[in-house]
Amino acid sequence: MTGWRLPLGMLVVFAAIPLLPLGHDSGYAMLLGARIMVFATAAVSLDLILGAGGLVSFGHAAPLLLGAYAVAALDKAGVDGALPVLALALALAGIYALLTGAVALRTRGVNFIMITLAFAQMVYFATGSIPDYGGTDGYPLGERTRLFGLKVLHDGLPFYLSALAVLVASYLVCRALLATPFGRSLVALRQNEQRARAMGIDPLRVRLGAMVVASLIASLAGVLLANESDFISPAYGAWQRSAELMVMVLLGGAGSLSGAVLGAGVVVLLEEGLGRFTQHWPLIFGPVLVLAALGLRGGLAGMWARRG
Amino acid sequence: MTLLLVQALNGVQLGLTLFLIAAGLTLVFGVMDFINLAHGVQYMVGAYLAVSFYDASGSFLLALIGASLATGALGLLLEALVFRRLMGRGHLDQVLATFGLILTIGELVRLIWGTSPLQLPVPRLLSGAVPLMSGMGYPVYRIMLIVVGLAVAGGMALVIGRTKIGMQLRAGASNAAMVNALGVDIHRMFRLVFGVGAMLAGFAGVLAAPLVSVEAGMSDNLLILAFVVIVVGGVGSVRGAFIAAILVGLVDTLGRSLVTAAALALLPPMAAGHVGPALASMLIYLFMAAVLAVRPAGLFGVPA
Repeated sequence: MTGWRLPLGMLVVFAAIPLLPLGHDSGYAMLLGARIMVFATAAVSLDLILGAGGLVSFGHAAPLLLGAYAVAALDKAGVDGALPVLALALALAGIYALLTGAVALRTRGVNFIMITLAFAQMVYFATGSIPDYGGTDGYPLGERTRLFGLKVLHDGLPFYLSALAVLVASYLVCRALLATPFGRSLVALRQNEQRARAMGIDPLRVRLGAMVVASLIASLAGVLLANESDFISPAYGAWQRSAELMVMVLLGGAGSLSGAVLGAGVVVLLEEGLGRFTQHWPLIFGPVLVLAALGLRGGLAGMWARRG
Repeated sequence: MTLLLVQALNGVQLGLTLFLIAAGLTLVFGVMDFINLAHGVQYMVGAYLAVSFYDASGSFLLALIGASLATGALGLLLEALVFRRLMGRGHLDQVLATFGLILTIGELVRLIWGTSPLQLPVPRLLSGAVPLMSGMGYPVYRIMLIVVGLAVAGGMALVIGRTKIGMQLRAGASNAAMVNALGVDIHRMFRLVFGVGAMLAGFAGVLAAPLVSVEAGMSDNLLILAFVVIVVGGVGSVRGAFIAAILVGLVDTLGRSLVTAAALALLPPMAAGHVGPALASMLIYLFMAAVLAVRPAGLFGVPA
């Protein structure tokens, strides 16, 4: 959690990808890199509540889905400005986290896992019910979001740099947040709730706050995802997507924000890379996850911390 | 009225299928504090094996017995290879590993049986319909499912409530460490629960196979519903799982028709066609959120 070498190293890698002399494959490398960064943004935000806060949310794809549908809703209304899109995405995700968090935080352990899943399923079915946005078929995006008329999310380098900026900002916000009294309280509550309470920490307020922040960041990933694929569909919020985000965080090592980025990279690269090689890629990816769970204590970031 | 009766019967039948899946899950959860996302896979494997056994033998009964035993064996194999090593580790490692198993086994199934959906015919003996009032019939096969489901539930109630192993299970669900300290081999108990749980899920898969198409994604949504059932019922409580399963089944089928009817009555037909089904799909989750909001440990759960 304290080192800067791993995150800086990854930043160098991400910054170098567009500069690599790959010729025709350069576009594909950037596409892949951008995809990793979009999911990494969502994974970092999940790690804030799951890793640092010990709140195992099985519904983190829901704010992502809300962000994506904010893009769809405004596109339908003929609005493609980044400011209104972001305002709507953040508002939806914030309200969602406040409402569902207040109920979910009444439960513990497995029940928390399942109630967050239940709320995400509601969002999933709700988004599929809006005929204006294509119902369950999804909504093809008309115009990509623009910032003050600039095509910041259009194919190639602009999208890549925007995704990088969002990831770096999200990472820094989460990291800075964990260094504040608020962040310390969140971690203290995970380590020993009774002691934290005795010190005067209000568990509900701190945890709810963290859930709202995580949800806001995930909605940004949703806005990016909608623009990247030019298509918005309820499938972004299926429970398998929430599980995938959890896998990214766990593979990277829960509690390490840079681990979440690493985990997102490994998952996207394995899926894409193995998928090019064989359609039966889950036969390799699945056992990798099992072995990682059995053998890699603390995930990839834990391996990095124990190196040498 | 008849329609409502049919829906209620369908609800009970869905509930009993869910109970067969959830029973093993809630015990593994309650006794061993183990999250097994891969439990739903047993249901799918049971259905696929039944298709193969049926093709080989031509007998539904042989397929039912063979596929159930084989899924039980698969459960024991997974326990020995993976689950045993995850005992006492955090929930997160368990989630990661069992999600990996879902991917692996799902793909293996696709590799062995192909990607196109398969069918298992309803056994001829049970293929008729029982007349209900006003000339509508209800399939004999579904009635048989309800009877079998109730019989299994009754049998489990007897074992859990009246036998020594049942007593140990109940004790294990409320305090596993204490039961272990008192000299019960908790790992042997886990293997037993796991094998029987896997077998019941496979059994449910075989029974459901003639009503649905047998395909690779068939257990995905049922797994989530089974989790809803055990959380609503209270983790570790088989009685809770039974009641919650029936409730969830009824909410899903009866609620579905009521909500669709209400949407048609209140909204313009175009909107109702979209809103009705979506709201109906959300009902179970609304129900679960409402139960947990009022009783955070579930209906029959012990508050932590």
